[in-house]
Amino acid sequence: MDTDQLIRTLAADNTHRAPRVGALLTTGLLVAAPFSILIFATFLGVRPDVMTAMHNPFFDTKFAVTLSLAIPAIIISLHLSRPEALMRGWGWLLLLPVGLLAVAIGSEAMMAPAMPMTMRLVGKNSRWCMLAIPAMSLPLLAGALFGLRHGAPSRPALAGALAGLLSAGLAATLYASHCTDDSPLFVATWYTIATAVVTAIGAAVGSRVLRY
Amino acid sequence: MRGREDEWTGLMRSAMAGDDAAYHRLLKAVTPVLRAAARRGLARAGQPPDQAEDIVQEILLAVHLKRHTWDSEAPFAPWLFAIARNKLIDALRRRGRRVFVNIDDFVETLPGEMPQETASASEVTAQLNTLPQRQRDVLQSIAVDSASIKDTAAKFSMSEGAVRVALHRGLAALTAKLRDH
Repeated sequence: MDTDQLIRTLAADNTHRAPRVGALLTTGLLVAAPFSILIFATFLGVRPDVMTAMHNPFFDTKFAVTLSLAIPAIIISLHLSRPEALMRGWGWLLLLPVGLLAVAIGSEAMMAPAMPMTMRLVGKNSRWCMLAIPAMSLPLLAGALFGLRHGAPSRPALAGALAGLLSAGLAATLYASHCTDDSPLFVATWYTIATAVVTAIGAAVGSRVLRY
Repeated sequence: MRGREDEWTGLMRSAMAGDDAAYHRLLKAVTPVLRAAARRGLARAGQPPDQAEDIVQEILLAVHLKRHTWDSEAPFAPWLFAIARNKLIDALRRRGRRVFVNIDDFVETLPGEMPQETASASEVTAQLNTLPQRQRDVLQSIAVDSASIKDTAAKFSMSEGAVRVALHRGLAALTAKLRDH
């Protein structure tokens, strides 16, 4: 087929209108969410003392941290779905949860410790946390990758890593309502490890499936 | 260069608004620039220039299938060159070379060094033969026999909608095969 013929064929297909990447990412996440919620409802559930926990600022901080990861990650992943987009100028958004955690750890250190530091750090749920966050992330990661496949990222592994971050952020938001470990030290350690695992999976899968 | 790129942006805006003729003109206008850059990339990688047309066709297919990621408020050229660069790197890498592709290869192409002739490429043709019968028939009718959607529909006793679906699916499948082969 010569190139003029190909061009004529492409022009004939100009009537085809594809949806925006954001619309497909939303669809992917909405289809995946019930699977993650099912895992949550079956194995975890909201902690029984949630009404009193809500008065503890460190409980609320967990949601601020996880959402300040998930929302910027969604925004950046959509930005990166354009071929000419650069990470430059956008990466600082990912420092939001880090900054929030640093402030929270600082304020906890200034308070009279309710528990010794090692207990706050290790908590009661570290193993569950490392298992539950990745498990709930996987459906969301699949949904996010499905949506982002519609884009044209120049660096597929980076875009996949962002898909991992956003799904881990959303899964961690669910998990935070279950977990009774509210110390920012616990969050900074175990949530971060769990998120790193999901991000690595996202980058590895993304480098294959997000090529266009 | 500026005037040329502004013209492209204007054509692409019209194309996205449904002007098929503007789209056709745009693709014709960018092809010599892509071809020159593909030849230069091949030359730098120590590859024969006769594969340039395969790369050009792959870029055109990617441009077509990803055009919804172009922001109509943004200039068209940086978007186009990013896709072209990505496809060129991919193509050279598949041919087993370490490659450096400079974005300036696209930006700085001068009219004098742009080969105008259309050339045949073997990869799209080869992959075309692996498509399902219906998609292949429709693509061949429109590409090779220059039939319109309407004539193609009549020829295969299909609805025009079915021809459009087969056409789009065929182009998408072709692109996926070229990427993964």
